[in-house]
Amino acid sequence: MIPANFDYHRPASVDEAVGLIEQYGDDGAILAGGHSLIPMMKLRFATPGHLIDLKALDELRGIEDTGADIRIGAMTTQAELRASAVAAEACPILAETVDVIADPQVRNMGTLGGNVANGDPGNDMPAVMMALGAIYVLRGPGGERETPANGFYKGIFDTERAANELLVAIRVPKPPAGHGYAYKKLKRKVGDYATAAAAVILALEGGACSHAAIALTNVGPTALNAGDAAKSLIGTSVDGEAQARAAELAMEICDPVSDMHGPVEYRRNMAGVMTYRAIAEALGRAKGG
Amino acid sequence: MSETTAPAAERELGLEGVGCERRRKEDARFIQGKGNYVDDIKLAGTVFGDFVRSPCAHGRIKSIDAEKAKALPGVLAVLTAEDLKPLNLHWMPTLAGDVQAVLADGKVHFQNQEVAFVIAEDRYICADAIQLVEVDYEELPVIVDPKVAMAPDAPVIREDVEGKDTVGQGPRKHANHIFTWEVGDKAATDEAFAGADVTAREEITYQRVHPAPLETCGCVASMDAVSGQLTVYGTFQAPHVVRTVVSLIAGLPEHKIRIIAPDIGGGFGNKVGPYPGYVCAIVGTIVLGRPVKWVESRLDNISTTSFARDYHMTGEIAADRDGKIKALRVQVLADHGAFNTHAQPSKWPAGMFSIVTGSYDIPAAHVVVDGVYTNKAPGGVAYRCSFRVTEASYLIERMIDVLASKLKMDPAELRLKNFIQPSQFPYNSVLGWEYDSGDYPTALNKVMEAVDYRGLRKEQAEKRAKGELMGIGIATFTEIVGAGPSRNCDILGIGMFDSCEIRIHPTGTAIARFGTKSTGQGHETTYAQIIASEIGIPSDDITIEEGDTDTAPYGLGTYGSRSTPVAGAAAAQAARKIRAKAQKIAAHMLEVGEDDLEWEVDRFRVKGLPEKMATMKEIAMAAYGNVPAGMEHGLESVDYYDPPNFTFPFGAYICVVDVDRFTGEVAVRRFYALDDCGTRINPMIIEGQIHGGLTEALAIAMGQELLFDDIGNVLGASFLDYFMPTAVETPHWETDFTVTPSPHHPIGAKGVGESPNVGGVSALSNAVIDAFAHLGVTHMPMPHTPWRVWQKANELGIDR
Repeated sequence: MIPANFDYHRPASVDEAVGLIEQYGDDGAILAGGHSLIPMMKLRFATPGHLIDLKALDELRGIEDTGADIRIGAMTTQAELRASAVAAEACPILAETVDVIADPQVRNMGTLGGNVANGDPGNDMPAVMMALGAIYVLRGPGGERETPANGFYKGIFDTERAANELLVAIRVPKPPAGHGYAYKKLKRKVGDYATAAAAVILALEGGACSHAAIALTNVGPTALNAGDAAKSLIGTSVDGEAQARAAELAMEICDPVSDMHGPVEYRRNMAGVMTYRAIAEALGRAKGG
Repeated sequence: MSETTAPAAERELGLEGVGCERRRKEDARFIQGKGNYVDDIKLAGTVFGDFVRSPCAHGRIKSIDAEKAKALPGVLAVLTAEDLKPLNLHWMPTLAGDVQAVLADGKVHFQNQEVAFVIAEDRYICADAIQLVEVDYEELPVIVDPKVAMAPDAPVIREDVEGKDTVGQGPRKHANHIFTWEVGDKAATDEAFAGADVTAREEITYQRVHPAPLETCGCVASMDAVSGQLTVYGTFQAPHVVRTVVSLIAGLPEHKIRIIAPDIGGGFGNKVGPYPGYVCAIVGTIVLGRPVKWVESRLDNISTTSFARDYHMTGEIAADRDGKIKALRVQVLADHGAFNTHAQPSKWPAGMFSIVTGSYDIPAAHVVVDGVYTNKAPGGVAYRCSFRVTEASYLIERMIDVLASKLKMDPAELRLKNFIQPSQFPYNSVLGWEYDSGDYPTALNKVMEAVDYRGLRKEQAEKRAKGELMGIGIATFTEIVGAGPSRNCDILGIGMFDSCEIRIHPTGTAIARFGTKSTGQGHETTYAQIIASEIGIPSDDITIEEGDTDTAPYGLGTYGSRSTPVAGAAAAQAARKIRAKAQKIAAHMLEVGEDDLEWEVDRFRVKGLPEKMATMKEIAMAAYGNVPAGMEHGLESVDYYDPPNFTFPFGAYICVVDVDRFTGEVAVRRFYALDDCGTRINPMIIEGQIHGGLTEALAIAMGQELLFDDIGNVLGASFLDYFMPTAVETPHWETDFTVTPSPHHPIGAKGVGESPNVGGVSALSNAVIDAFAHLGVTHMPMPHTPWRVWQKANELGIDR
């Protein structure tokens, strides 16, 4: 449980950090909150020669209302996100999600950027970002570019981020005012990854569903956007039948693995149950419940 | 009012003796982070050792190349079995009559087995060097299932004992077989079954679990090359036994060995046996002349040091139509892993498993236990229970429910019908135990009333009509603890007595030392209370010490709830010897005959002249200056207590659960635990013990399991996967008690630390299964994880 030797770098600017990432390539690892990377290093599953610690980069912290979006610095911790009035006002699903991530100690260290950029299908924020239609802001040697959360995840620990790029911010478009939301996570105990979890955002107009997004955590090699399930709700009153149909459609896209949380069939079914319950809760909230 | 003139009742309260909810003395240091655990021991010049472990579960070692590791700056030694052979330390004896490899001798038998021991200047260099040791394995077929181990053509796991008729526990019948242990009357049992109205049978597996104490195992071994004195600080639940074992296996004179168990962060059976790390650290310090520290990682602890259970049981029960039980038959396949390192009194290969008739008056019973080898880590310790008692209790408490289901009878009613009655004590069980005392009907009736059992059954019926799942689980268990009488129990020939030595200082304060070792039970608090009540010195004036073999009297250690029944009895007896001498001194002081004196709380008074008295404080001073002619000075005593019998704590638990049929999650709505541990020394500590034990029971019943894949990889050996409940997952525990003192214990106490694990697992499991009972379900395997419970709901088609 002792990491292999490494050199430690603490860049003072984003440009310096990007330079170090470029310089060390595969032998470098970006340290944000460290709650995924450090356990891997202690088990020596990860043996980077150079750790590039972003802790000093204050420019990557903070939550800002930019009008249509809220912009969250990649080094903002989960606890800071939880405490943000800006996030709570525009996008309450963020706080609800933070509350089920690991435990308070982890949330004090773990960052939103680390959670979404790592590409671990067990992390909770990627599915939420998909449901919110978030945009990731990446900076590389050639400058900044933006890429949507939907499409960012290619496989386990495999994302659209190039090896020489750094995630600097997440842009979250504000969901419609009065929207309903829920993040439902089934886990055995505090600190666990999800057996299955579902993020739902929906809005009603005149009693019918006018906007819906559903995404799933830890039931495939990446977070999954359950587009067909969401689409099936549009125009309905989101009654029990519509909820059950959407849950069925969500289950169909799942591709979980058997693990200590249970066999494939269980996890697939739990994705359905979590989707069903998240829709029901989101509906209640959209109705002002 | 001065202490000499206060009324007796007030003075008695001031002692904080037996019955007082005295705050734990040890907590002041623990809650301030000032405990002194093994890894806190920092001796000058300490170096660090750790293991190269086998990645495969069964294989031949073709070669070990340690040259690169040895070349790394800061590496001091790499030990292999070849290096230990000249010392004859490459294998060591186990507590169960078998031998265990210290470092793999040509073959590995389980994943993460110790293959080489690397010693380096610091733990970081050590970790790097371990990666540089190259070991070449030829993999062999792996057996993880004890049933497969006993197949006629199964590969031989233990070639070192191949062809041997016995491995210390009687005849073997297969190359992977360890022992057969049989108890009871087979013919009478068969006859009772043949004539019974009703019989029921169930296959009940108690899964492999691990005690997982929060502090892992470790030691610091330090040889003083000048004096030849070896000191070993370690996580030892039984320090004296360790000293004797080290002396016997290392060939060192016992007086040159000092074993010190400092603060220990939980044991639960895991820290009873000797481990390869201790031996290698000792060899290391002898070779290098510097202290060697070895401390396990979490993964090492869960995957290699002693596990518990892995009992594959078949229970059969026979009864008449009215539910009166006629007979019990049990067969067990016991998976002991690669070496038989079962923790046990030497003559008991299945521990006290024959307590399996439980709290019930069963006229015939027959039990057969077969122990077998598999390619899994060795062990078979008692995880917060007396030896194999949770297994036995689980079997009978499940079988009672299975029978109730078959008879369509309420499980509480069936229990009440079959209880051993209070008038039957002392009760001789058909499997050979003499139960000391008990009152089972009172306990169960009290609990049923407290939870409104009838009301709960009514609510359950209503819920069932609506398709909801609610379960009510009962356990009315009997423990057998306090090992034990030396006629029954020994470890390597040493009787399982325990000891207490008391010294009263001239100013009337005291120190008492014991052969046990607290791993969290609060001995520093409770032992003082026992002595305080016996000799009238306030608890706060009595220092309690354990764990240093150079100062403590010889004892067999702490496990199997034996500290109170055995060492607690020694404390009372030693105190009574002090009081007897004190009486002689008092008579001398007061110039009366001994028989003219009577004891009152903390003093002797002259009968009929109550103003003439000598307090214990005055007597203490007199013991050092004014003793009667011919009497030795001083006021000290020692007692080695050999208990005449075990003690039999019992309890009645009721658990109510609500099951989410869509996710399989089980919510414990209510858990009511009534325990009878005889005389209650410190009710607050008892309650704490019950809370802890119930929480471990919850962990076992609901989630803990050491799983292996087909090639012997241990799965989930970290707290990410191995279920360790936090406060969030732990329900509210309600506790209650009755008091039925043990008639043979000096103060009537029975021991309590393990009862909640024994009864808790059964109550929780019975509750989960009861939630499905109306659907024809009689058994579901533990642990009742959400996915397993969901599978049952899914199979029954009720998860939609």
